[in-house]
Amino acid sequence: MSFSVTEPSKRSKWFAGTMVILYALITMVPLVWIMLTGFKSPSDAISYPPKVLFEPTLEGYVNLFTTRTRQTDDFLAANPPQTWYDEIVREYDMVIAGPSKFGERFLNSVIIGFGSTFLSIVLGTLAAYAFSRFKIPLADDLLFFILSTRMMPPIAVAIPIFLMYRQLGLSDTHLGMILLYTAVNISLAVWLLKGFIDEIPREYEEAALIDGYTRFQAFYKVVLPQAATGIASTAIFCLIFAWNEYAFAVLLTSGTAQTAPPFIPTIIGVGGLDWPAVAAGATIFLLPVMIFTILLRKHLLRGITFGAVRK
Amino acid sequence: MAQIQIKNIRKEFGDFTAVKESSFTIEDGEFFMLLGPSGCGKTTTLRMIAGLELPTSGEIYLDGEEISQLPPSQRDIAFVFQMFALYPHMNVRKNLSYPLVSQGMPRAQVKAKVEEVANILGIQDMLNKPVGGLSGGDRQRVALGRAIVRDPKAFMMDEPLGALDAEFREHMAEELRALHDRMNATTVYVTHDQLEAMQMGDKIVVMNNAVVEQFGTPQEVYDKPATMFVADFIGSPSMNFLPFEGAVSEGATSVTLNGQTLGIPQQRQGASGKLVYGVRPEHIKLSDTGDYRGEVITTEYLGTTQIITLDTPNGELKARVDSAQVATVGEKVGLSFEAPKITLFDEATGAALISELNEKVLAHG
Repeated sequence: MSFSVTEPSKRSKWFAGTMVILYALITMVPLVWIMLTGFKSPSDAISYPPKVLFEPTLEGYVNLFTTRTRQTDDFLAANPPQTWYDEIVREYDMVIAGPSKFGERFLNSVIIGFGSTFLSIVLGTLAAYAFSRFKIPLADDLLFFILSTRMMPPIAVAIPIFLMYRQLGLSDTHLGMILLYTAVNISLAVWLLKGFIDEIPREYEEAALIDGYTRFQAFYKVVLPQAATGIASTAIFCLIFAWNEYAFAVLLTSGTAQTAPPFIPTIIGVGGLDWPAVAAGATIFLLPVMIFTILLRKHLLRGITFGAVRK
Repeated sequence: MAQIQIKNIRKEFGDFTAVKESSFTIEDGEFFMLLGPSGCGKTTTLRMIAGLELPTSGEIYLDGEEISQLPPSQRDIAFVFQMFALYPHMNVRKNLSYPLVSQGMPRAQVKAKVEEVANILGIQDMLNKPVGGLSGGDRQRVALGRAIVRDPKAFMMDEPLGALDAEFREHMAEELRALHDRMNATTVYVTHDQLEAMQMGDKIVVMNNAVVEQFGTPQEVYDKPATMFVADFIGSPSMNFLPFEGAVSEGATSVTLNGQTLGIPQQRQGASGKLVYGVRPEHIKLSDTGDYRGEVITTEYLGTTQIITLDTPNGELKARVDSAQVATVGEKVGLSFEAPKITLFDEATGAALISELNEKVLAHG
């Protein structure tokens, strides 16, 4: 049996593996519980002791996407259910009155989340490139100033922003929310991206300049592909913030531009909070960030360790 | 191909002056070396010619056209970087095509040109490989290929062999020189390696502390150094300096060191005070008749020659003599210096005194 200093022994590998799996399981319990709750009936969802085994139903999802009204027995007898979701609500002597606002709110989340991420990345990349490559007077102070916007909790400025937005007519608009989330995210984006761009040797751009390209072409064709890793991981961070943001969304949106986070808890069922519908909303709400992260996972992993080791 | 003329060029970075009023001319087709220790301004000079830095003042003429303030894309100059700077997200073919695509060359023509260059450099087999997996030498070839593919007016090379290991470096140096001879392209090459400069260059500019110390052929720079810095920087072991106090008058053919009369080339310039007697190691002979004596401290055997370090009344000096010569450590030996090859320097300014030997070289500055 040979021992190596750098290669961990089998036993420590087993131990490390077990710990990682254990940790993953613990962190996943709430997620799994939310996902399971989405498929429970309202009574199963609030039963005590909690039910792990239950009869799955799509009631939560139906309630999430629809609005329902109670009808008389005569009406129900005269109109047999047309679809599977009709049948589900019939159990409660109700009929589907129309779609709920969840779809719209979800779409708002997509527009605002991805819109602000896109804007943060575009502005952040350009600013980071400038900070990284050009001699800017007071560059360090400017960078510190940009970072300092992140030093207080954003909600501390909620009231001034609320008043400002009302004056400017930005309350409850997509544009207003995109601008707000971009403003919060931009400092993170500039700092992260500057780090990544600093790591890209200037020679690449200089080679492109020599090869007959303009500064912008060199940036676009040589620096951007090199910074893809950094851009991807920064985009994930920005999206997660904008996607999950709750406080400003509650404060500044109520209708047209309301995002999913403030909407989901307002789904109120008959005689109490409709937990399965809330859980179903939360599950669906998780999906885009999950998909986005999985798509960029390769970059994210490289992004986190990027620059740690000098190549 | 083109002549490049540098006139009083100067570059400041804030308070720091990287290059002070420097002037020299690179003739058409020359392999021109910019030599100097790190931080002497040679790379800055090169980058100013290429357009990656703009000079604070002064002019650069490429074929008679003033280009010092033009962007690099309008200069038609290629640049080979020390770290190669191949575009890492492209394969070899794309790297080579890139400068041509920027000129809007038709695709078929680009393909033909790239293949032609790949053949010249012997990299035709790796055109479709990503550049990440290439060896140092192959990367260097691709970097060269990217430079030659568009037939620029001149090539700038910033220590292109610096990133290669020693064994391969020599091989690439030969390859580079052969490539240059074949294409006859004006090439400006930055290096801190005096051997590389001597071996490859048609002309050498020696820079130090932002100033051009000397400019000439390798032979001129080696045999007729203009300053003590040049004499010291070029040659291995470098020139011996024997400091002494005394005076030489115009027309003198000897100086007195430590009571001994030593020959010098006939002086065209008189001087007095602290002077330095400069002699190359190979211009020293061990001779029993020599009155100037030194004690052998060490010997280094180098095959056909050996380097003998001696302690003399004016300080330590190294002599390169035939290996057959017997020299025992501790022995006192007589020394004779080849008078016509001697250079005297003024110690305070470091400048060579003009003599029969160097008058023609030093006259043009």
